[in-house]
Amino acid sequence: MANAVDAAHADHHDHPTFWRRWFYSTNHKDIGTLYMLFGFTAGLVGAALSIGMRLELQEPGLQFFSNPQAFNVFVTGHGLIMVFFMVMPTLIGGFGNWFVPLMIGAPDMAFPRMNNISYWLTVAGFGLMVCSLFVEGAPGSNGFGGGWTVYPPLATAGHPGPALDFGILALHLAGAGSILGAINFITTILNMRAPGMTLHKMPLFAWAMLVTAFLLLMTLPVLAGAITMLLTDRNFGTTFFDPSGGGDPILYQHLFWFFGHPEVYIMILPAFGIISHIVSTFSRKPIFGYLGMAYAMAAIGVVGSVVWAHHMFTVGLSLQTQAYFVFATMVIAVPTGVKVFSWIATMWGGSVRFTAPMYWAVGFIFVFTVGGVTGVVLANAPVDRYMHDTYYVVAHFHYVLSLGAVFGIFAGVYYWFPKITGYIMPEWIGKTHFWIAFIGANVLFFPQHFLGLSGMPRRYADYPDAFAGWNLVSSIGAYIFAAGLLFFMFGVIYALVRKEKAAGNPWGEGATTLEWTLSSPPPFHQFNDLPRIADTGH
Amino acid sequence: MQGMVTEVGRDLSNFHTYLVWLIAAICLFVLALLIIVAVRFNERSNPVPSRTTHNTMLEVAWTIVPVLILVAIAIPSFRLLRQQLVVPPADVVVKATGYAWYWGYEYPADQGGGFKFDSNMITEAKDLKPDQPRLLGADNPLVVPVGKVVKVQVTAADVLHSFAMPSFGVKVDAVPGRLNETWFRAEKEGVYFGQCSELCGNGHPYMPIEIRVVSEQQYAAWLAEAKQKYASVDGSGTLKLANAQ
Repeated sequence: MANAVDAAHADHHDHPTFWRRWFYSTNHKDIGTLYMLFGFTAGLVGAALSIGMRLELQEPGLQFFSNPQAFNVFVTGHGLIMVFFMVMPTLIGGFGNWFVPLMIGAPDMAFPRMNNISYWLTVAGFGLMVCSLFVEGAPGSNGFGGGWTVYPPLATAGHPGPALDFGILALHLAGAGSILGAINFITTILNMRAPGMTLHKMPLFAWAMLVTAFLLLMTLPVLAGAITMLLTDRNFGTTFFDPSGGGDPILYQHLFWFFGHPEVYIMILPAFGIISHIVSTFSRKPIFGYLGMAYAMAAIGVVGSVVWAHHMFTVGLSLQTQAYFVFATMVIAVPTGVKVFSWIATMWGGSVRFTAPMYWAVGFIFVFTVGGVTGVVLANAPVDRYMHDTYYVVAHFHYVLSLGAVFGIFAGVYYWFPKITGYIMPEWIGKTHFWIAFIGANVLFFPQHFLGLSGMPRRYADYPDAFAGWNLVSSIGAYIFAAGLLFFMFGVIYALVRKEKAAGNPWGEGATTLEWTLSSPPPFHQFNDLPRIADTGH
Repeated sequence: MQGMVTEVGRDLSNFHTYLVWLIAAICLFVLALLIIVAVRFNERSNPVPSRTTHNTMLEVAWTIVPVLILVAIAIPSFRLLRQQLVVPPADVVVKATGYAWYWGYEYPADQGGGFKFDSNMITEAKDLKPDQPRLLGADNPLVVPVGKVVKVQVTAADVLHSFAMPSFGVKVDAVPGRLNETWFRAEKEGVYFGQCSELCGNGHPYMPIEIRVVSEQQYAAWLAEAKQKYASVDGSGTLKLANAQ
């Protein structure tokens, strides 16, 4: 591979100017960095919205919002931004771009220029999403307040203003960006693995990204179709979801959740991959049951695609339909259990070094288990009848996403910080941040189980006085968690200013994947000579 | 969970208690394993890591045992699901229509009804009766007899709503263009409250469901009175268009 032409080519591209490097970027590591910075920025916006919500809910009555609609706009904005512009860009665009090529021994992604447009489409989508907050939605108020699920008829008749049109186009752009990204990942992983790296030797993070990319490619077009139908219902007089013209609002829910449920695995699978590497690295042991781990993710992807209507147990589905979705949903608990037990078995017998990323990884395993078992409760339609649209659901999905996916992100950040920046992140920063976030998030979300069990519905700006106590506790947790975010920002700036140089492999013999064979940060172009993977089994 | 006053609700609550024990045990088991790892297998206590990466028995076990636990969950779950969704022959039928943002109730004529009325949240604190908490009290509650199978047909006139009564174990979405149904048999007289459980816009927190379960005599008396009271406003409920604000 490394011939004279390539070398000259590399020289030419090695030191692009600032503008060319960051705005026309085709380098997977630079695009990964851009995605992470973007995801963190969007995350701060989403977090600010959630603090607004917790301030309002701290006490019964309306204190901070003039009406519930404004609160609903915050709820909707928080959900959409966190899902599409924080978790997905950070985990898939950020860590995926950075580490898939490095781990599989590829010089870059398969389609570097397409990678660039994926990123900028996502940014443009975020721009439209923010615009949406400031134009008219429901008559007399700004922004769309129909929830991240965008159910009609509230999303058609209920919001005649252009806010949701902005929102739909924002999702279209972000979705197109994600589809292109998914094509890029699939092509890269299937075609550009280093010689000797069969699929069954591929690092688990790359496996996670492969399954994630397939899910994205399969489900995002369905979302795009559903929201396009919504767009034409809103603007061009069609009645896909309007019963007065022969349509049905439930059709939208089926289409949305056909995307929406795999989406939750899209958000958590990359975190699974990250956690696997961290657990293996700091236990100084290879992953326990590697093949089981890889195929558990594939199984979660497949089964996760046929369980969507468990979000719709109260819409009036027939007995048989509900029974099927109860059964199928509970099946997912099996591969998920395999993953949790395999992580523990990886640590078992190991020589575990409790570094900052390991704190986050172990924290992840625990909170993900809590979120997982409440998922099993909710999978049972007869119990979901009580829990549906209550705070129990909010608690459940924040345990798997806000604690699960977000803990996965922070674990990844502390694990790869030296690799990405070339500087050491002091251990005490990651550990202090972990304890603030772990306590904050549990104080924030655990009481919401109690609120849900007492019957408090979701998306309420004002609630009966009986729910006051746990709401106050929950709000205090939110402020603690937010303080953790500020501490994290301080930590990153501190580490970057301190400039303590990191070695190529700061974690020792447990870190076996290819990115640790390179310098920290890796050269602008890596693997001009492709690494060869020794023929050793797992 | 709230105190249950129907058989379905009680079974739901008991089933949930059973699930809580199961999931608490699973969480504690995982937590215990993590603590053992932290104590026994940290780098000080165990400086030399093992290289074990396979144990077929173990892997089969942690696949089979969860499957068995799930079967133990699924069997009572399906039984309860059937109980909820197969509606027994009804003594009383009521139709509930969700509007933005109030409920409309209709009692069919063939059961001594033949009237409909709107049920709005009471907004002024001074209008609340002592048994009506803030945000939950309605001006015209739904009234049903105790110990009778009440079938509720639920639909919506504008956007999605959801008819929920936690202490009956009942929740069903109100969907424009669809007629959903659910049922309950309340075993105790009293006042019960639910709230709209599907996001429906600005007034979402302000459309409570208040059900008064009364004795059969009181119900008969109420029916007669309601027929007089609501005859004059008959039809107004469906004509009043929801103005989305």
